[in-house]
Amino acid sequence: MSKQYVIGVLVANISGVLSRVSGMFTRRGFNIDSLTVGETETAGYSRITVAFHGDEDIKERIVTQLEKLHDVKEVEVMDQHETVVRELLLLKVRNTAENRQDIMTVVEIFRSKIVDYSATALICELTGETSKIDAFIDLMKSFGIMEMCRTGIVAVERGENCLKTAVQPDPV
Amino acid sequence: MNGMLISGAGIVAETLIEQGCDTLFGYPGGQVIDLFDALYEKREKIRFVLTAHEQGAAHAADGYARATGKVGTVIATSGPGATNLITGLATACLDSVPLVAITGNVPCSLIGRDSFQEVDIVGVSMPVTKHNFIVKDVNELADTLREAFRIAKSGRPGPVLVDIPKDVQTACCEFEPESAPAAPEPVRQASDHRLQKAAEMIAAAERPYIYFGGGVISGNASAEVLALAEKIDAPLGCSLMGLSAVPSDHPRFLGMQGMHGHYAASAAEDEADLVIALGARFSDRATGKKERFSRHFSIIHIDIDGAELNKNIHAKLTIRGELRDAVSRLTAITKQKRHPAWRKRIEALREEETRRTQESHDVLMQKLGSTADTPRLTHFEIIDAVSAAVPQDAVIVTDVGQHQMWTAQRYPLHTPRTFLTSGGLGTMGYGLGAAVGAFIATGRRTVLFTGDGSFGMNLTELAAAVSEHANITVIIMNNGVLGMVRQWQTLFFDRRYAGTTLNRQTDFVKVAEGFGAKAARAASPAELAAALAEAGKQDGPFVIDCVTDCNELVLPMLPPGGSIDEIITAIK
Repeated sequence: MSKQYVIGVLVANISGVLSRVSGMFTRRGFNIDSLTVGETETAGYSRITVAFHGDEDIKERIVTQLEKLHDVKEVEVMDQHETVVRELLLLKVRNTAENRQDIMTVVEIFRSKIVDYSATALICELTGETSKIDAFIDLMKSFGIMEMCRTGIVAVERGENCLKTAVQPDPV
Repeated sequence: MNGMLISGAGIVAETLIEQGCDTLFGYPGGQVIDLFDALYEKREKIRFVLTAHEQGAAHAADGYARATGKVGTVIATSGPGATNLITGLATACLDSVPLVAITGNVPCSLIGRDSFQEVDIVGVSMPVTKHNFIVKDVNELADTLREAFRIAKSGRPGPVLVDIPKDVQTACCEFEPESAPAAPEPVRQASDHRLQKAAEMIAAAERPYIYFGGGVISGNASAEVLALAEKIDAPLGCSLMGLSAVPSDHPRFLGMQGMHGHYAASAAEDEADLVIALGARFSDRATGKKERFSRHFSIIHIDIDGAELNKNIHAKLTIRGELRDAVSRLTAITKQKRHPAWRKRIEALREEETRRTQESHDVLMQKLGSTADTPRLTHFEIIDAVSAAVPQDAVIVTDVGQHQMWTAQRYPLHTPRTFLTSGGLGTMGYGLGAAVGAFIATGRRTVLFTGDGSFGMNLTELAAAVSEHANITVIIMNNGVLGMVRQWQTLFFDRRYAGTTLNRQTDFVKVAEGFGAKAARAASPAELAAALAEAGKQDGPFVIDCVTDCNELVLPMLPPGGSIDEIITAIK
């Protein structure tokens, strides 16, 4: 059964590593829904979060193929129920007298923020799970979206489960 | 600091020696002059073999590696030199051959500016190498090269490329030699729990069959695999890459299975109730129709590479681990079994195979007899004459096509690493370079079986074979067509021979002589025997252009995606 998986991939922070990881997906015919990359708490490591749709079999193949890459240090399939998943959206919408109040209402309900205000445009910032972001964008469409940019998923598991970059400090 | 201050080029030469490299195949160029200069300094320790083309150098390093199990090394310049390696790297990658390829590149300051002979070879070679590096700091050069050797030979072996810009070759830094070559990374051993489960499955099976692949050769596990077969009373069959792991005449060995495999091997696998896959990856060429794998039998799949498990087929039990260790531990905990009924069935399948082979041969002879108005040799005659004429320890190399399959089916092999062929990538033109590398590595008589199509691709390496006095007997099965594709056209495309009729006027005897090699043409068993006798006395390559008929087919043939019931064993 096809569903969305989110995996965390800890990699050596060296040039070309993103090509190796994304290239594996391309070469073996796996589709990526979203891919983000950034630094970690330890110098020399980056963390890539990949979301993709597939069945159990595809997920296994992706994980084992990633583990074979020399620059990949650890791969973790995030437990859907035990993971905090977030995405950031910046959305620029047309600022008009007749729409302004409605936009403000949506912004408030979604706990979004207006981060820029000009005579003709507003920029809204929103953080949340993918479904929340999608719903927000849907509502904004009627007001005239001028441009938008979303980061893709980042995810961290709750509690003690960690993608370890180095020796972890003991819990106090 | 007690290291010496030397140049990057010097570090490459020193590190290669330190890593046990004794032979380097390659071709010089503008961005590797410094490397060549440093290697010239060390020419007593590293033999440099100049090929005619970088592709040939990559195949030669591959042949060297396959024939010995050591890491093969190849060097090429930037740009076209580097891209010419790609087919060789891909060939090695798909067949898990340990290689280290060194390329020069333009100085760091010129990278990314489309400089003369600049190519992003790290980007280009990424999907066809196990890993690759570009070294931009001379201080990291020695350790990167060590890491390249380590990766190449660790776990499932493969090719690694190291790209070295020219300014890194000329920059100097401290160098401290290591006392020993890089040790391969320790591999995960099979879990006791899973081996126990495997033993239980074997105990419950009545018709076990062992399917093995190239992992048995790279994992030096031939004896262990045979011991398991003996203990559980199972027949064995293999993929193309598994050939030479066990002696062809071993009573339990049924030969290669799959698309052009032996009937008895494919049929035995189909009738088995348990398939034990060892160091094999269920390639579509070895398996045919995949659906049958979920239908008939359960599978135990043991491999060193976890990514192969459940990749092409789903196994009931997967075991990741070093093959030799896993198989010997499995044998130790498995109860001795005897399966007289299964044995009898295997014997019946063998008899059926003999009958079908004879029938196929009779049909062929009838057809050739009625159409051939000129003398010619059959592949049976050629392979049997060669195996009778050359020493048992000869290294057999093939190109790709019909001749490859015939050789794989029929040539008697005795020891591991005596059969070198491009299995996964199916690289026409692989053979001559690989034969040069294999001869240089072993010093033993090397035989290349090739076709007029494959040979035409890289015959320029005859130049290297002559220069290196390589004792290579080249057997060209010359049928004037691209036989394997033509065979598909015969069977599946209504005999519409699009693009497969060569119609060349090439005289391979003259070509060989032009390169300074000896050569002869053979159209009859007597001529072939005389040529082989002559070739055996030669110091250097000897080309035998064998006249064959374009209507010979590789049989049996399991049509792509077909099942054992659809196997073609004779074409009337």
